[in-house]
Amino acid sequence: MTNDTGLKAGVYKETLLRGLWRENPVFRLLLGMCPTLAVTVAVKPALTMGLSVIFVLLCSNIVVSIIRKLLKPHLRILMFTVTIATFVTIADLFLKAYVPRMSEMLGPYVPLIIVNCIIICRAEACASKSSLGVSIIDAAGMGVGFTLTLCVLAGIREILSTGAVFEVAILSLQSQGGWFVPLAAMSMPVGAFITLGLLLGLVNTITKRKTKG
Amino acid sequence: MDTVNTLIVGFISIVLINNLVFTKFLGICPYLGVSGRIDMAFGMGMAVTFVVTLSGTLTWLIDNLILMPMGLEVTRYVCFILIIAGAVQLVEMYVRKFFPSLYESFGIFLPLITTNCAILGLCLFINLWGVDNLLEAVVLSFGAGIGFTMAICIMAGIRENLKLSDVPECLQGAPITLITAGLLALAFMGFAGMIR
Repeated sequence: MTNDTGLKAGVYKETLLRGLWRENPVFRLLLGMCPTLAVTVAVKPALTMGLSVIFVLLCSNIVVSIIRKLLKPHLRILMFTVTIATFVTIADLFLKAYVPRMSEMLGPYVPLIIVNCIIICRAEACASKSSLGVSIIDAAGMGVGFTLTLCVLAGIREILSTGAVFEVAILSLQSQGGWFVPLAAMSMPVGAFITLGLLLGLVNTITKRKTKG
Repeated sequence: MDTVNTLIVGFISIVLINNLVFTKFLGICPYLGVSGRIDMAFGMGMAVTFVVTLSGTLTWLIDNLILMPMGLEVTRYVCFILIIAGAVQLVEMYVRKFFPSLYESFGIFLPLITTNCAILGLCLFINLWGVDNLLEAVVLSFGAGIGFTMAICIMAGIRENLKLSDVPECLQGAPITLITAGLLALAFMGFAGMIR
């Protein structure tokens, strides 16, 4: 019995860690690129986006895992998208009601969570095959991994484009007598593409070192 | 004459200035996935153009004729995604029946058009911009498809040449593609002042 629970805990831990680094949705699987690039102008919208994705991912993984025995193969993807669209509507209405300014800023990128490949991918690869517990843990790991990645990218872009992180000034700007000249390009699409490209390169280097050493 | 003018300006603006890939970050996944070879990229672009025109028009019609008069805006996202899935299914059936060889070469990418954010994104943007006549919605959707085709073809052309160049090992594959896309986005910013 104890051995069994130990084994289970091992599976859970493994699933959780998988989402955080080894199969990190953005860096390793290259999933969900569109929101990653679009909302990472600053940390705050990135965090909001990440939390919404965690919510939708958790709910849809739970539902899909519960109904997994009823799914017909050819209608599977359709069922996934409808489930996801329902929860995204809930998240969107929630954001509109409680943080209207943030909701306006994110605009259509909140409903675009529906077509975020991470969520469909997890529903297909994990929730439709495994038990409720594993699905929940998997959603948590993947969601947190996604959110952390967004925040790292947003942090880099925010500090280089405004000299602040989370709207708290860190570098002293030249316009206020300091030394730092903000890079306007970092807040534009260019900055998003290039920062993500370089970060991916960095992650590749680190992984290669690890496998060698 | 005025309507024609608005339509032309709208078309140019969505192809060049508000290009979905470079300014709105929509459709990045197929953009990275299929842009390896120029003929595949062109075929993909055409399929997306067709689906986006069809679903842009249909979603506008359903949104304006059914959802808004009946106060069912809450179900908008679910309706949109169902329409897009239906349109993709239609294209898939059509291509399989009449162009079996093309169908073979697309493989998994054809059904994946459903989850192409460019399509749902455009439907949502049409709604957000408050486009209020059908013709404009059709032209904008078509323009968005052309813009996507153009972006993916340019990228495929560059990547075919990139194979011959000496890229640092850690940047090979997706990273260098993203950096190239960044430089392209920078180039496309040059169009920004063209209208208004």
